[in-house]
Amino acid sequence: MLKIENLHATVADKPILNGLSLIVPKGEVHAIMGPNGAGKSTLAYVLGGRPGYEVTEGSVTFTPNPVRVERSRDTLGAGETSLDFARDERFGGELDLLALEPHERAAAGLFLGFQYPVEIPGVSSLQFVREALNAQRRARGEKELSGAEFIRLAKAEAAALGMDPEMLKRPVNLGFSGGEKKRSEMVQMGIMTPRLAILDETDSGLDIDALKAVGAGINRIMRAPDKAVLLITHYQRLLDYVRPDRVHVLNNGRITRSGGPELAHELEREGYAEAAA
Amino acid sequence: MTALPTRKLEAYRYADVAALTSVWSDLAPPERIEIAAQKNVQQVWLPSTEPVQIRRVEIALEAGATANIFALNTATAYGRIEIDVMLADGAHFGLDAANIGGGSSTLEVVTTVRHIGVAATSRQTVRSVLGGKATGSYLGKVAVARDAQQTDSVQSVKAMLLDRGATANCKPELEIYADDVKCAHGATVGELDPQQLFYAAARGLDPAAARALLLEGFVAGLWSEIDGNDEGIADVARAALKAIA
Repeated sequence: MLKIENLHATVADKPILNGLSLIVPKGEVHAIMGPNGAGKSTLAYVLGGRPGYEVTEGSVTFTPNPVRVERSRDTLGAGETSLDFARDERFGGELDLLALEPHERAAAGLFLGFQYPVEIPGVSSLQFVREALNAQRRARGEKELSGAEFIRLAKAEAAALGMDPEMLKRPVNLGFSGGEKKRSEMVQMGIMTPRLAILDETDSGLDIDALKAVGAGINRIMRAPDKAVLLITHYQRLLDYVRPDRVHVLNNGRITRSGGPELAHELEREGYAEAAA
Repeated sequence: MTALPTRKLEAYRYADVAALTSVWSDLAPPERIEIAAQKNVQQVWLPSTEPVQIRRVEIALEAGATANIFALNTATAYGRIEIDVMLADGAHFGLDAANIGGGSSTLEVVTTVRHIGVAATSRQTVRSVLGGKATGSYLGKVAVARDAQQTDSVQSVKAMLLDRGATANCKPELEIYADDVKCAHGATVGELDPQQLFYAAARGLDPAAARALLLEGFVAGLWSEIDGNDEGIADVARAALKAIA
């Protein structure tokens, strides 16, 4: 599903990722843990394609959503590139993720859950998510959802995450508490149904009830044979609700240790300095 | 017909005088709207397709009358909305206006709001979205007469610049002769927030669609108070934003 090889990246010319390699097979949940400043959020942003996060070396390949090339070409405007142009034959038809624009990565099936979801005044969540989802569907050559179809889907996802559907009418994340913002991210993920979710500190700022709801949401939406999750977290507690198949320790911009779920407990007990040394 | 104004006049300092010249001799005198005591008037002003559009309106409100104007200024060459308002006791004037333009257009909202009676209120909200080499201006004068105590006036002016060549002028101006008044004004000029743009991109919106959506959010509040039929002003504004995003 996701294969990262020898990834080096800089932010403002400062090296943050220093030869990170990682394979996440489909059907699995992998956790990345590490101390502050290890490069966890940088990894998430590099995979999402955030401007200013410069890849200097290495590769990332990704098995995308199926893209119906012929139809998506028809829907493209002048000067736009289709996802299929970014396919790199060297990777056997998989996508060279780093060659894609951020919005193309989303259409290919990558979902980036933000540590600090961004507020957008004047734009309701309903409008934002609907336009985004339909943009993805157009890029994949799928039929757009009508207003009624979308509202049914959005309401069902909000209910499943224990969020009042009325909140979807409010401007994106505006005035939401930390917990509400994270639930809202999961509602968006449920609506988008990505192939791969990269969730950056999705557990930060959550009380126990919200943590349970978000954990259950991740399992319900993403635990499937053809999907995968990369959970980026400081703490072990989310992993009580979303059981990882593998746990990786990120330190100084590279993976220094990998293991099964028990590694998370060891880290919690002994701290990063001991366990990752 | 009065003489053609020059840019030496304060109310025309950012005007496109060449464009003004082309229409000046055919220009109708200002439209006059008189609103009787306790009556309410709402108007939605949509742009036409003319490259040069000049709308001059005088509004006189008697005691307790209300006027709410919603205006969209998108002329491709020169658009000027000029409003002169007189407020008697307890009257209210509301203006929600947007300048949306690209290319080399010049768009202006020029207002004079005269608080004559006591306890009158005025609320002006102007949003400008400017791309290319466009210029958008708000020149707003609030004049409070000696007897116009308990005047409550607000001017909120914000502009968003999409390109380096675009210009915004925000000039609220107060002339106050009473001593028990509230006159608030705020003006900001900014650019689209890169964090919001990346968030929208990460959800699947291409750069132009993301910019258009954020800009729609920037002007969205303007039309929310329209009572009843908005005459399509939100849709026309959205199309204008898409054209420059």
